[in-house]
Amino acid sequence: MITGTPAGPPASAVAITGLRVEQPGAPHPVIDRLDLTVGAGEAFGLFGPSGCGKSTLLRVLVGLHPYWRGGISILGEAVTPRTPLHAGVRRDVQMVFQDPYGSLHPLHRIRRSLQEPLQINGIEDTDGRIHRALEEVGLPRAVLERYPHQLSGGQRQRVAIARALSMRPRLLLLDEPTSALDVSVQAEILNLILSVRETYAPALLFVSHDWDAIAHLCDRAALMAGGRIHRLLQRADLEQPLPETLAP
Amino acid sequence: MHETPLLSVRDLTIAARTMRGDEAIVRGVSFDVGAERVALVGESGSGKSLTARAVMGLLPRTLSMQAERFAFDGRDLRALAPEGWRSLRGRQIALVMQDPRQALNPVMTVEAQIGEAIDIHHRGLPRTERSERTAAILRDVGLEPSARVLRALAHQLSGGMAQRVMLAVMLVNGPRLLIADEPTSALDHALRDQVLELISTQVERRRMGLLLISHDLQQVQRFGDRVLVMRSGQLVESLAARDLANATHPYTRTLWSCRPSAQTYRTRLPVLDRSSDTWSEIA
Amino acid sequence: MIAATLSARRFRRPGFPQAAGGAVLIAAIVAIAVLAPWIVPFDPLAQDLGQRLLPPSAQHWLGTDGLGRDILSRLIQGTRPTLEFVALVVVLAVPFGVAVGMIAGYVGGRVERCLNGLTDIVMAFPQLVLAMAFTGLLGPGLINGALSLALTGWPAYARLMRAQARLVARSDYIAAARLQGIHGLRLLWGHVLPCCLPSVQVRLALDLAGVILAAAGLGFLGLGVRPPMPEWGAMVADGSKVIFDQWWVAASPGAAILLLSLAFNLLAEGLRDVEDPFHA
Repeated sequence: MITGTPAGPPASAVAITGLRVEQPGAPHPVIDRLDLTVGAGEAFGLFGPSGCGKSTLLRVLVGLHPYWRGGISILGEAVTPRTPLHAGVRRDVQMVFQDPYGSLHPLHRIRRSLQEPLQINGIEDTDGRIHRALEEVGLPRAVLERYPHQLSGGQRQRVAIARALSMRPRLLLLDEPTSALDVSVQAEILNLILSVRETYAPALLFVSHDWDAIAHLCDRAALMAGGRIHRLLQRADLEQPLPETLAP
Repeated sequence: MHETPLLSVRDLTIAARTMRGDEAIVRGVSFDVGAERVALVGESGSGKSLTARAVMGLLPRTLSMQAERFAFDGRDLRALAPEGWRSLRGRQIALVMQDPRQALNPVMTVEAQIGEAIDIHHRGLPRTERSERTAAILRDVGLEPSARVLRALAHQLSGGMAQRVMLAVMLVNGPRLLIADEPTSALDHALRDQVLELISTQVERRRMGLLLISHDLQQVQRFGDRVLVMRSGQLVESLAARDLANATHPYTRTLWSCRPSAQTYRTRLPVLDRSSDTWSEIA
Repeated sequence: MIAATLSARRFRRPGFPQAAGGAVLIAAIVAIAVLAPWIVPFDPLAQDLGQRLLPPSAQHWLGTDGLGRDILSRLIQGTRPTLEFVALVVVLAVPFGVAVGMIAGYVGGRVERCLNGLTDIVMAFPQLVLAMAFTGLLGPGLINGALSLALTGWPAYARLMRAQARLVARSDYIAAARLQGIHGLRLLWGHVLPCCLPSVQVRLALDLAGVILAAAGLGFLGLGVRPPMPEWGAMVADGSKVIFDQWWVAASPGAAILLLSLAFNLLAEGLRDVEDPFHA
């Protein structure tokens, strides 16, 4: 499963075996003996109550949480806790955070938040890319001169998605991206994610505690509780209403 | 309804003082609440929470309120002094807020808090009577009046238990109207139904009126009799809860049908037309 | 708090009048310092032993000191060394403290523990005593005095920055920046530092009042500016010898010190209220 050869498109976007994640200072591991595979271009949901470890799993995958052991392969490349995700894979994996009020730098204008990553990664034509990104997420260009606190929650989340998309990721991690939003705004964001899938077909790993959102968006899903995956769900399972026994 | 409604509001306006003069945040809101479950729904910025605060007499001082009619049980509340509000709240009108663990006193035990609520409105009640009422109300809300529960402090209670205790504190004096402001938003999904079920049962059993503020239309359809829909500070529709799925107003229809589900898999969800919204943040 | 600063409504916020008042006063004193050579009525260094210890009059608005020098002129001239001293302390102490604190807070782990230890050690020394020891070692003078105050003054900023940097390091926006490839100096300078600065600003304004007093203290002890330079602290020292009969000789520089400290205090308190109205 862990090939280590970057040549050719990977069969899986994410392949995890025997993952154990700890939190320094906590007596028990946050995640224990987790196995998971997400196919290329697949939308995979992670459903579970707060504290089950699903957000931590995302942070481990992007390299923000280094206290883990096990086998992880992202887009065909093996990673270790010590690997700073080197340039290639870093660009290909992006994350949208839960809190639209916290994921944009409060003192930077939107233009800078969108432009700086492009400049850092040596991408040309930053203006063109930024304008296209804003069009994709349905925001007016006036937004570029604003600060995050001048935008609504939905607008901020769109900017966050635009920022993630500007890297053209092949794997997009979404950490409860709509939990803090009104239901009508959530619908807009979910539509946006759908069009992203249609245009770029990245693999999606969608974390949520909202069963309906997962059933709407995902091809497959896993139920997490207490740091473990209790059950893998296929599309047919997602079509059923959430049974009482599965409710967190 | 031929009897006097518990709560009667006509043409309520809430305004904020700005540099440009008074700016109305909530305009022309009118509704009645009888011995029924009325839900006030809307999204962030709709004004539903402010309306609830106004009806409780808890508007922040920076906002002003005006109404053609604002009466509780026939009594005019428009010019009610703070003392009047204090005797009304907790006795006739009960409030349940969003995060129960923050609303409960962190240094008082459950027993003490319920006891205090009783004392404020029934002075000089003998201790045995007080303990009996405390035990009775705890059983009503589904908690066993054991020593463990009675002596618990707010931080020792789980979210669901804390909300039940909050309810006990609020209901012990037999109020006529319960105003619940997003009482389940801070709880896990599994608990939400339980708590609302409890509120609903209590309200029915005691023949109280309920004003439930919520952003969750599905929740409101199950636990409400009538629904008032607010948008941008105005009441746009008033309908029976069972008619929500067949609402006529475009805003309500979209709000109802924009929820994701397994049936909407890989389809675009209906969204609101925001072209008429004021973009005051961007301006 | 950061958003509050950016809101255009800050002018109506409590604290703005104070901050503005303090700023105006400081600006006036800076202006005096800049224009000093041209606005002094008398030569601040010119002695006239026949005119010693004269009380305030139409000719000498604040009287003369023990060597017949016009006190007002010396006060005006004295704004220069005072402000230079303060500026030097700030320029030396603040960037160092900010850097140490930010690195400690952001990097964490062993680096943080090391830097914390260093900060605590330096902080344990009483500032003025250490300053005296330094100037005793290096010799008195404006630069040495400023250096010694800076060497003992940076830990306060390091601590502030460390606390802020730790908070900021955990934020989602920093995590997002790292995911996009922003790291190292660019991240610290462009992303972490701007969020931590507001608290430093407020602390600085408050400290400046203290620095002026410390400078005056050093001057009083003869460890500051060398005579005959008219430094306010030294002037108070001179005047204290004759304080009972010719009170104006000590009171005038004392009042000037008070005024400048007050100005910085007003600015600091006002700034704090503007930035963080909930603490007011």
